[in-house]
Amino acid sequence: MSATRRDFLKSGALAGAGLVIGVHVPGTARAVGLVAQDTLAPNAYLRVAPDGTVTVMIARSELGQGTSTALAMLVAEELEADWRKVRIEPAIPGPAYGDTSTGGSASIRSLWKPMRRAGAQARELLVRAAADQWKVDRTACHAANGEVVHAASGRRLGYGALAAAAAKLPVPADPALKDRGQHHVIGTTPERLDSPAKVDGSAVFGTDVRVPGMLYASVAQCPVFGGKAVSFDPAAALQVPGVVRVERVGDGVAVLAQSTWAAFRGRDALRVTWDEGPLAALDSAAIRAKFAELAQQPGQTTRKEGRGAAALTGAARTIEAVYEVPYLAHTPMEPVNCTAHVRPGACEVWVPTQSGSGAQQAAAKAAGLEPAAVTVHLTLIGGGFGARHRQDCVVQAVLLSKAAGAPVQVVWTREDDVQHDVYRPATYNLLRAGLGATGAPVAWTHRIVAPGIATQMGFLKQGEADWSSFDGAANLPYAIPNIEVELITHDPGIPLGWWRSVASSQNAYVTECFLDEVAGAAGRDPYELRRELLKAKPRHRAVLELAAQRAGWGAALPADQGRGIAVHECFGSFVAQVAEVEVAAGGAVRVRRVVCAVDCGTVVHPDLVRSQMEGGILYGLSAAVKGAITIEQGRVVQSNFHDYPMLTIDECPTIEVHLAPSGDPVGGIGEPGLPPIAPAVANAVARATGRPVRRLPIGAG
Amino acid sequence: MAAIRLIVNGRTHALDVDPGTPLLWVLRETLGLTGTKFGCGAGLCGSCTVLLDGEPARSCQITALQAADASITTIEGLSPDRTHPLQQAWLAEQVPQCGYCQSGQIMTAAALLAKNPDPSDADIDRALSASLCRCGTYPRIRRAIHRAAKGGAR
Repeated sequence: MSATRRDFLKSGALAGAGLVIGVHVPGTARAVGLVAQDTLAPNAYLRVAPDGTVTVMIARSELGQGTSTALAMLVAEELEADWRKVRIEPAIPGPAYGDTSTGGSASIRSLWKPMRRAGAQARELLVRAAADQWKVDRTACHAANGEVVHAASGRRLGYGALAAAAAKLPVPADPALKDRGQHHVIGTTPERLDSPAKVDGSAVFGTDVRVPGMLYASVAQCPVFGGKAVSFDPAAALQVPGVVRVERVGDGVAVLAQSTWAAFRGRDALRVTWDEGPLAALDSAAIRAKFAELAQQPGQTTRKEGRGAAALTGAARTIEAVYEVPYLAHTPMEPVNCTAHVRPGACEVWVPTQSGSGAQQAAAKAAGLEPAAVTVHLTLIGGGFGARHRQDCVVQAVLLSKAAGAPVQVVWTREDDVQHDVYRPATYNLLRAGLGATGAPVAWTHRIVAPGIATQMGFLKQGEADWSSFDGAANLPYAIPNIEVELITHDPGIPLGWWRSVASSQNAYVTECFLDEVAGAAGRDPYELRRELLKAKPRHRAVLELAAQRAGWGAALPADQGRGIAVHECFGSFVAQVAEVEVAAGGAVRVRRVVCAVDCGTVVHPDLVRSQMEGGILYGLSAAVKGAITIEQGRVVQSNFHDYPMLTIDECPTIEVHLAPSGDPVGGIGEPGLPPIAPAVANAVARATGRPVRRLPIGAG
Repeated sequence: MAAIRLIVNGRTHALDVDPGTPLLWVLRETLGLTGTKFGCGAGLCGSCTVLLDGEPARSCQITALQAADASITTIEGLSPDRTHPLQQAWLAEQVPQCGYCQSGQIMTAAALLAKNPDPSDADIDRALSASLCRCGTYPRIRRAIHRAAKGGAR
């Protein structure tokens, strides 16, 4: 992960243009992929084979969101490809692709132009090759459905037959792209290209990689963050049948074996003496107390409108609340893993990562090689959610392969994953609002105390406020004349990572719930108040109104039920959700129905948008009603799905997704579905119970 | 080590494996049937679900010895060519996102349909409530099982 994450967050489309290196350079693909002579490969993103097959190189990770299908659609649109002949292949990271990090809901935004241009380059070459062969003017020819057609004579030639000739022509640098009105692939819903292999067991994820002669490894890591192995006794581990060696790796100790099971058993038998390091006394209660203490001091101002906090003094009435969220783990279904094979002067890595280019850098450093000597094979990925930008398992696999002189697959257990993740930060938020004499909100202040992800990763310039803490709070969309958002960055030392929608995951909850408290204090309907305060924000307002209408906002509900609404913008898209909940006498919350409206600008594949809204809602709902990582004695208390649970199918609400495409530039979809769900549900619970929900997960007190 | 007889997808294998090894690892690493997934190692997530004499079983929680001589069906054995009504329905509803849990979901659903050819939402929820999906495909899983009950045609 690099500093481009910030660019993704702010402007994926703009950032993307700078990410792709070498797309113009003729011959790049040949240099990278050693393409056959009779295959057309005008750029790094596609190949047209003599049999007419179009292979689209996917320079982003397929985390399950259908990114690879959508990227192939962008190529097919301009190429006028026959979709039945389109295949996808993971790009091997290298200079032709630049940074292949997949995050910030930015894949389509960053490759929106490069992929269409790649398709258009190939189309131009194929048309020219046909025109040359027929000795007609190229403007008399057109491409359609995998063929070039000369309408006047009725002649036609398939792309496969033209590929070899087209490959000899000079590649046009910047061919004309279609207008939106001409799109006939973008906006449609072809079946995902990765689906078939995912229903018959043939899909190859990281843990499914098999390299001849490979060993399997399990790594014991210090249960306390920042601790390290002082010494270890391998004798008992080596007694386990199948265990072949025990090896120090980084701050931990690895057991290498002929099977994963033997490696796990050997690791259980291993005796390690740990130096637990400086965090051995850390616990959640102390972290929370420190946050509360710090919240009494002013912080760094990240946004100020009007007189800011000073306007509270003149308000007719003020309200105040503290909102808190816990640390969260990602728990993708596929545990962290990597397979590496280090040989003299070369290294191959097979890894389910969100950053193939990052894996290449990390593997090169660990192997003591130049990045060019490292070949990274991206496998399918059993869920990302931000967890897989880290490369520590890649480093483990490379070091162990080097030590063992054999290919090695490192697989973390679920317990390793829960207890050694990089976590969504816990945050503490002090909010105040001032109401005028008529009840209208006149002032809003939000003081955030949070450990910063970007701070911890060293991404910030001297004095720069940590955007990974205030994004989604400082851009409060409401027309309140005096606003002040402050940040106090304090890091207790728990390792942090990007977690689906990053700061919006907590700040949408905090701000949208406090806005409901403001509405309550003003005696206003929370939907009507939002509409009024969003007059200058048409895209927010449009999704808000659509969700409210489709949900039947205002219709009566039984006494034990409540309805809540929230709206949020992030990653270039706007999402509103209405949740209906039922609260049992004992306080148990059941979410019955969620209505979601999304404006993600231009839609590439409507069903992928729907599936990502469903996914974002359910991932966010798991966290809102169940998710909490707590720390005792420097260790994560939770260890597996029994104590870090997720939503199950019997708890899954009815979900309705309504698309409100705006024709604006394409927005992200992987993350924007998540932020509104926690506040929509919390606001619904507050309506049902009469008590605001100021701490997550709901029911935490 | 005495050979253990495993009958997987209709084929009989005599295997020299530690009889205490969980079936999951024998399937994945000895037999190369990697469609059955490791998710939690504790019988909590359902990613490793296979059919044991037609019943859904957590292959991370049963040993090779316990599975010996039973008829084991994995995702690879559900149909030779992706034509099982559940597989067809899964594609029609575009269920998978990351796909990692889907073998377990489909095998659990197969056991349900074998007993209850037209399950209600409540039946589905009951049968699949311990099959976790982190991507949030539950609404589509429900739809796909209903579709499969009607034949699964796309």
